[in-house]
Amino acid sequence: MTESLLITLSIVTLFLPLLGFAVVVLTGKKFSKMYLFEMLIISATLLISLTIAFFKLSYYPHDIVASLDWFKFSNVPGIGTLNFEIGVKIDNLTALMLIVVNLISFLVHLFSIEYMHGDPRYNRYFSYLGIFTFSMLGIVLTHNLLMMYIFWELVGLSSYLLIGFWFEKKSASDASKKAFIVNRVGDIGMFAGILILFTNYHTFTFDKIFEQISMGHLPFNSPAWLTAAGILVFMGAVGKSAQFPLHVWLPDAMEGPTPVSALIHAATMVAAGVYLVVRIFAMLTADAMTVIAIIGAVTSFIAATIALTQNDIKKVLAYSTVSQLGYMIMALGVGAYSFAFFHLVTHAFFKACLFLGSGSVIHAMHHEQDIRNMGGLRKKLPITYYTFLISTLAISGIPFTSGFLSKDGILAGTLTFGKLTGYWFIPALGFLVALLTAFYMFRLVILTFHGEPRDHHKYDHAHESPFVMAAPLVILATLSIFIWYTPNPVGADQGWFLSKWVKTPHTVVPQNQRFNFMKTEEKTAAAETSEPALHEAEAPVHGEITHSEMYTEAMHASHYPAMFLSIAMAGLGILFAFLIYQWKKISADMLEEKLRPLHKFSLNKWYIDELYDATWIAGTLAFSKMLYWIDSVIIDGAVNGAATVTRFVSRLSGLFDTFVVDGFVNFTAFLSGFIGLNFKKLQTGKVQTYVIFVVFAIIIIMLVFKPY
Amino acid sequence: MTLYDIIFYLFALITIGSAMLVVTTKNIVHAAFALLLTFFGVAGIYVLLAADFLAIVQIMVYVGGILVLIIFGVMLTNKITSVEIKTGTLNVLTASIVIGVFMGLVVSIMVWTGWYSMPAPIPATTAYGLGETLISDYALIFELLAMLLLIALVGAASIARREKESL
Amino acid sequence: MLQVGLTHFLVIGAILFSLGIYGIITRKNAVMVLMGVELILNAANINFVAFSRYGNFGLNGQIAALFVIVLAAAEAAIALAIVLNIYKTYSNVNVDEISNLKE
Repeated sequence: MTESLLITLSIVTLFLPLLGFAVVVLTGKKFSKMYLFEMLIISATLLISLTIAFFKLSYYPHDIVASLDWFKFSNVPGIGTLNFEIGVKIDNLTALMLIVVNLISFLVHLFSIEYMHGDPRYNRYFSYLGIFTFSMLGIVLTHNLLMMYIFWELVGLSSYLLIGFWFEKKSASDASKKAFIVNRVGDIGMFAGILILFTNYHTFTFDKIFEQISMGHLPFNSPAWLTAAGILVFMGAVGKSAQFPLHVWLPDAMEGPTPVSALIHAATMVAAGVYLVVRIFAMLTADAMTVIAIIGAVTSFIAATIALTQNDIKKVLAYSTVSQLGYMIMALGVGAYSFAFFHLVTHAFFKACLFLGSGSVIHAMHHEQDIRNMGGLRKKLPITYYTFLISTLAISGIPFTSGFLSKDGILAGTLTFGKLTGYWFIPALGFLVALLTAFYMFRLVILTFHGEPRDHHKYDHAHESPFVMAAPLVILATLSIFIWYTPNPVGADQGWFLSKWVKTPHTVVPQNQRFNFMKTEEKTAAAETSEPALHEAEAPVHGEITHSEMYTEAMHASHYPAMFLSIAMAGLGILFAFLIYQWKKISADMLEEKLRPLHKFSLNKWYIDELYDATWIAGTLAFSKMLYWIDSVIIDGAVNGAATVTRFVSRLSGLFDTFVVDGFVNFTAFLSGFIGLNFKKLQTGKVQTYVIFVVFAIIIIMLVFKPY
Repeated sequence: MTLYDIIFYLFALITIGSAMLVVTTKNIVHAAFALLLTFFGVAGIYVLLAADFLAIVQIMVYVGGILVLIIFGVMLTNKITSVEIKTGTLNVLTASIVIGVFMGLVVSIMVWTGWYSMPAPIPATTAYGLGETLISDYALIFELLAMLLLIALVGAASIARREKESL
Repeated sequence: MLQVGLTHFLVIGAILFSLGIYGIITRKNAVMVLMGVELILNAANINFVAFSRYGNFGLNGQIAALFVIVLAAAEAAIALAIVLNIYKTYSNVNVDEISNLKE
């Protein structure tokens, strides 16, 4: 298996889903079985991706890069040669993302066969899944920002198509529009960030940009612009990964089919934002990372508090997704790079499992989504129940699950960050969210599966899902166990995932723009003598840990405190959930009564949608109304006034016309008529005569100028 | 008088001779076949100028495409009652005088101008270089041409299909 | 004089060009006029390629010639469509009888 073969295979796996999309969308109306073709395609894609990932992770420790010039302008004024590259980069992150995306995509395809059965646009649904897989793989495989942006918009498109899949429902079409527009807000920032980078470096390729930054070439020669570029590109992630303040679209996106929610709005597409920040991690300055950490922490907290009171099973999961994405972003902000990516992978599996499990419940309950009408489903849906439970344990961070390992790492990272920089509220929010997560997830489990059925009619008709729906659940639940990632159930540091595959990259920003703990000792000395750290570019980029001794030690020291604290928090949350909802020791209604304002605040999602309605949307409407008023009163008034004045003036000039101008005009007309009558004969209307005249004219010109 | 020169004069003769036939013969079909010969002659001249790829394109596009198109045009726009399809001529005298003077002038310009001539070494093949230049320096023009061909295709189809009543 | 150089090619181009114009002027049939146009385009192409060979322009002249060929193809298609339309309207394609431009 040579490198070029791996590259070829990766391009094949990228374009296969596009082929599936094209074929199914074009022929789906005629042949009702066309979705099987899409299944075939996705299976092939999965197999190829697993092959690529296996060979990459086992045999190639270095990155595999292939690129070619897409088009180049050889002389742009003021710049010189401009090269636009396209290319594929397969590193360990890519290999892991290939597995995650394709595996979940495949399982969701499988699940959808039964879930979407009988839908009038069955084939179209599968073709949309195909184009989504294509664009997501594009994001994963690309090695430059331009292609990243293109595929970024493509996943936005496929998300739009799938949220609005049942577009007859007004809420669904509204949600799809909302998702699209809110994402645009973030994308504008990302676009501006890309433009800043491109203006300065004349390339879109990540590695080349990093190389130039590490050589001390900053955008517009100012570290502030580097920070700005980092934050602006991060804005794309804010939109796509549903971070505060742009998180409002994701809960509404649950209007789409449930398998879609599992694939796009929980496991893969929303993780693309995190993946983007992972890709640009090396160029983030300390300021940018602080902003990112704060946004992540705030998002995870807001979303967790909202999830406490939601009653729609998918809404709870949606807010928990937002919360967990906030966790990953926060982890990146505090420098716990590898744990952030680790959490991205583990979260993808257990959250996909949770969503597909909720899909199974909804399917069994005949499209009932309100958990107040469920209860006692444990006996009716045993497979769904147990897989759902394992994933819930994983998201709550209970030992022996994958979620425990990654969450614990993130919390240890925040604790270290708090210790080293003094931002203590970030770990505080992190641990609080861990408690809230355990609480609301178990509230969901208990209300759905435990206790007595509350809607007997629907309960009696509930039935366990068939094989094609149960199999993905079982596979995903199995992947939520720790053993796939590390042999040690309490710490992932020694596992192959973190010790071999995912390494924090070498940061390239100037010394004085880094956190203290990210400088190595001799480099700190170099920075003090204000000597540019030139030798840094020579340092091996791969497999190096950026962090200093200080950081490693602090990280080590906070490992066990963080672990025990997080277990305690999760246990506390689960305990409360059982106390309130299972054993009913504390009355939920009474709590609700006592905390009425807080409860309402949470139930209404912090009134963020209302706030946007009142500010941006109302502002836009008011602005357009004002424009309308200006248009109708001022501009129309001006036009009408001008008309009156013009009428007066024209009456005057009319008199002048009749007597002075007309006389002149009549004379001119007579004159030109006279001339025209004489020259009319030249105008034969035959084209060839004209050509003769033209040639004749050229001859005269040549004779006059004598160019020979 | 090297072999190169002899071949050049041969091709020049073919080109000019058949071109004269094109513009003087009364039979349209004969003119079309003379035009075929002209195109071949021009292709030969391209080869002499070391433009191998262009010569092939000349034969394929002109002979294979445009000439066939023209013959179709002839067939579709004449009431074919006999094999001979004639065309009339006009302005022959005026045209001969004007064109004669014109040709004399242009040819004398060509002959008397002191051209700066610096032949480059002949490359083994031009196809590679042409392809590379096309998608790099001329990428925009290349794309525009693609657009133009599409528009021409649609336009030609829509013009030719239009019914008499809708005019 | 007999040694073939740039001038020879240019002269061929000039003669071909003049013949093309002659064809345009003297032929009655619109299709024949088209043939004249093709001759002119070929003459221009010969000049392009000749300068590309003898001037120090690299392949740029040949690229221009290539573009001309493409345009010629488009032009032929459009022109024949127009000729067909003329034929539908006037039942002949004699350019001297189509003189609506006169009025």
